[in-house]
Amino acid sequence: MTLLYILAFVLLCVALGYLFRVIDLSRELKTEKEWAPTENDNRMMGRFFLLFMFLFISWSFYQVYQYGWRSLPKSASEHGDKVDELMKYNMYIIWLVFVLVNMVLFYFSWKYYGRKSSKAVFFAHNNKLEMLWTVVPAMVLAFIIIFGLKYWNEITEKSSDPKAVKIELYSKQFDWTARYAGADNKFGLDDYTQIDGGNSMGLDTLDKNCFDDIIVKNEIHIPLGVEIDFQFRSRDVIHSAFMPHFRAQMNCVPGQVTRFKFKPTVTTAEMRKDEQVIRNMKAINAIRAAKGEEPIEFDYTLICNKICGASHYNMPMKIVVESEKDYKEWLAKQKTFKTVAVK
Amino acid sequence: MGNHGHTVAVGHEHEIHHAHAHDDHHEESFVSKYIFSMDHKTISRQFLITAVVMAVIAMMMSIIFRMQLAWPGEKFAFINTLLGDKWGKDGILDPNMYLALVTIHGTIMVFFVLTGGLSGTFSNLLIPYQIGARDMASGFLNMLSYWFFFLSSAIMVGSLFIEDGPASGGWTIYPPLSALPEAMPGSKLGMTLWLISMSLFIVSSLLGSLNYIVTIINLRTKGMKMTRMPLTIWAFLITAILGVLSFPVLLSCALLLIFDRSMGTSFYLSDIYIGGRPLDQVGGSPILFEHLFWFLGHPEVYIVLLPALGITSEIIATNSRKPIFGYRAMIGSMLAIGFLSFIVWGHHMYMTGMNPFLGSVFVFTTLLIAIPSAVKAFNYITTLWKGNIQYTPAMLFSVGLVSSFVTGGVTGIILADSTLDITVHDTYFVVGHFHIVMGLSAIFGMFAGVYHWFPKMFRRMMNKKLGYLHFWTTFLSAYGVFFPMHFLGMSGVPRRYYTNSNFPIFDHLGDINQFITIAAIIAAFAQVIFLVNFFYSMFKGQKAPQNPWNSNTLEWTTPAAQHVHGNWPGALPEVHRWAYDYSKPGAEHDFIPQTVPLGPDEHDGGGH
Repeated sequence: MTLLYILAFVLLCVALGYLFRVIDLSRELKTEKEWAPTENDNRMMGRFFLLFMFLFISWSFYQVYQYGWRSLPKSASEHGDKVDELMKYNMYIIWLVFVLVNMVLFYFSWKYYGRKSSKAVFFAHNNKLEMLWTVVPAMVLAFIIIFGLKYWNEITEKSSDPKAVKIELYSKQFDWTARYAGADNKFGLDDYTQIDGGNSMGLDTLDKNCFDDIIVKNEIHIPLGVEIDFQFRSRDVIHSAFMPHFRAQMNCVPGQVTRFKFKPTVTTAEMRKDEQVIRNMKAINAIRAAKGEEPIEFDYTLICNKICGASHYNMPMKIVVESEKDYKEWLAKQKTFKTVAVK
Repeated sequence: MGNHGHTVAVGHEHEIHHAHAHDDHHEESFVSKYIFSMDHKTISRQFLITAVVMAVIAMMMSIIFRMQLAWPGEKFAFINTLLGDKWGKDGILDPNMYLALVTIHGTIMVFFVLTGGLSGTFSNLLIPYQIGARDMASGFLNMLSYWFFFLSSAIMVGSLFIEDGPASGGWTIYPPLSALPEAMPGSKLGMTLWLISMSLFIVSSLLGSLNYIVTIINLRTKGMKMTRMPLTIWAFLITAILGVLSFPVLLSCALLLIFDRSMGTSFYLSDIYIGGRPLDQVGGSPILFEHLFWFLGHPEVYIVLLPALGITSEIIATNSRKPIFGYRAMIGSMLAIGFLSFIVWGHHMYMTGMNPFLGSVFVFTTLLIAIPSAVKAFNYITTLWKGNIQYTPAMLFSVGLVSSFVTGGVTGIILADSTLDITVHDTYFVVGHFHIVMGLSAIFGMFAGVYHWFPKMFRRMMNKKLGYLHFWTTFLSAYGVFFPMHFLGMSGVPRRYYTNSNFPIFDHLGDINQFITIAAIIAAFAQVIFLVNFFYSMFKGQKAPQNPWNSNTLEWTTPAAQHVHGNWPGALPEVHRWAYDYSKPGAEHDFIPQTVPLGPDEHDGGGH
């Protein structure tokens, strides 16, 4: 193998040697300034820019057509619908700017390529024009800022719903543990020095509020249409709880508690019937079949989104959205902290 | 101020003449001429060549990890050849080494190529040349600046060869990951070396920046008013000020991390259980690190970008044969960008759980930056309008920069909006965004600068045809690499994942990753064209005439045939006009150098 590399390298060197030979010879032929762009060069480069404009803009739309449907399906949370709507309007604006400005740029690059016969127009400044492209972007941005902040405030407001389900997501290298607040709807205290095999979240075994807390691994279930008030903690390094289908994300920071709330609006079963999800899963299962793997069904997934070590890429957790009744049945089957760890 | 500059410069002049008398008797030694040189031209070339070497290393790293992302689990013999059995067993990249490559690729590109390389090369070359100074205010500090840079580069590259591998917590090295050796192998010796290397880098950057500021303020030749300076110099000045104000914060940030790592302090650590035991440290906050890091980190984006914008302002005006449109607006927007860059760092931290109101403030300040940026983009385009565009390779890259600045800039609007950032934060959308707006724009600016000022650096011309080929392959493949990344991000793919197919939700995106990697390989080969052209032209290129691009600025009044110590053999040139009198009505040629006195009834600064 190494021999092949050496051979390839030698061949490359020979090829380059010939290239230089050609350059040298061609230079001897025309001793004039090789480096100065001629009118032909200018025309050719101008045309290339014009061609590039068509290719680039149409390729960008082609990508929307090709890749667009593979993006995240419709939002599965209440605030997520608003995020998506805002995203849509912002995308319209930036696509418009992207297309127009690039078109004008490349059009001018072609239109005004240097000709021997022509002379540039001396045009050093124009207050009206400069005012125009200061004020117009400022107005568009004002619109973007106002709507963005309106939603931001709503999304980040503290949960005030007394019926909200409290869930704590606890990250460590390299998996997640979830804790439900239990019958009293209160989280017990935690103390990282008490972490051991039976008490993986480091809950305070003397705090009675912990006893009814429910600790689950591998998957969490959440009820449809009820606000979920998440809090996040981390055992070792910073992780980030990313639930892309719910348009939810929050860092898990050791030594502090962070929060995020959302209200699920689409159950797992419903989402599996979504057109875009069906199309995506079909593509995924086709790839799996080619590799000889079993087909799978769509699931909401929690993933880590802050670099946290060698297996950062490998800490997913399944999220199941179901009716409140199913959720309560599932929860009743889980063990409380007391039965697991408190002696 | 101009007058004051003149007297200092005259003082210099005497020394120079004195030195010349000596030259007649004995030649400068090789060591003092090429190695420990205090001449800004030599130092500039040293920075450039070091940066080229670093860029090649960082680009090869990106190819290795792109191969893994496109074809996870495939065996590539060359990976084993390059990384050995420990990191590339059977030709499969090790997950820890993947993170190490991502980390060092980012570190080298951001700091060593686009900060040290870009500012170091062009500030050094152009500041004395374009303001009409004999050299930098302090040649000695300037020499130290390069050698600190060299030492820091050597340590960073050296850290690749240690047993546990180099730093691998991402170029942002967030603790606790980077603080705890138990967290990953890259947080052992590799991280220590990273911190040492970066500390030396900061020293280099500060020595350089202080020198640039002092030189620009004090050593301008007679008539070179601030408002007559070329935009390159304005860009370098603002960049240097940003560096002086922000790099010390990174140093303290790194220093506290060093304390946490080796002295048991807890600035950034609290309530941590790792390696099977609880740590003693309580009360620190990793978020403090993020604030300190991004207080440098965001101005850093503009430290990278502004010199590139300065360079292209100069090249676009020269090659459009037109004055730069809105000279004062360009200065104003660079000042505005520089100022705003200090109050936007929090937009990197919307998802850290910081107070949402604080987040709102950062949304506001961040989106404000779009206004001066838009002004700059439109001014570039208006400069092209009704120009007589000469397509040198430098001009091609400058047009490329305007395109990437706009294309990458608009996606910044999505990321700056905290509400939208929830969906795309830390995904490939971010990777696509910053590689286009900062990576491509800055590297295009750097290429443009190299093609344009190569004759001043090496007294020879680069090959035009190879330059054309280099530009078009680079331009096409670079967009091919980074544009599709936005779609990966919109599908929720996180960055810094060793593979996207470990669980199935991103399996249907595999072909996008393959497309990106193929484009990246083409882009890498395109750079071979540049390297060949660069080194070949250095020795065999056509001899450079004095003013190949018919440009107005002062560097083109220095002798073409040889580098003169002190830049001008006789008296320093005197400046009578701004740098942008191209195609001025009534003038004989389509350019009027800054040294030509104003005619009767002629107005300076774009009036006529």
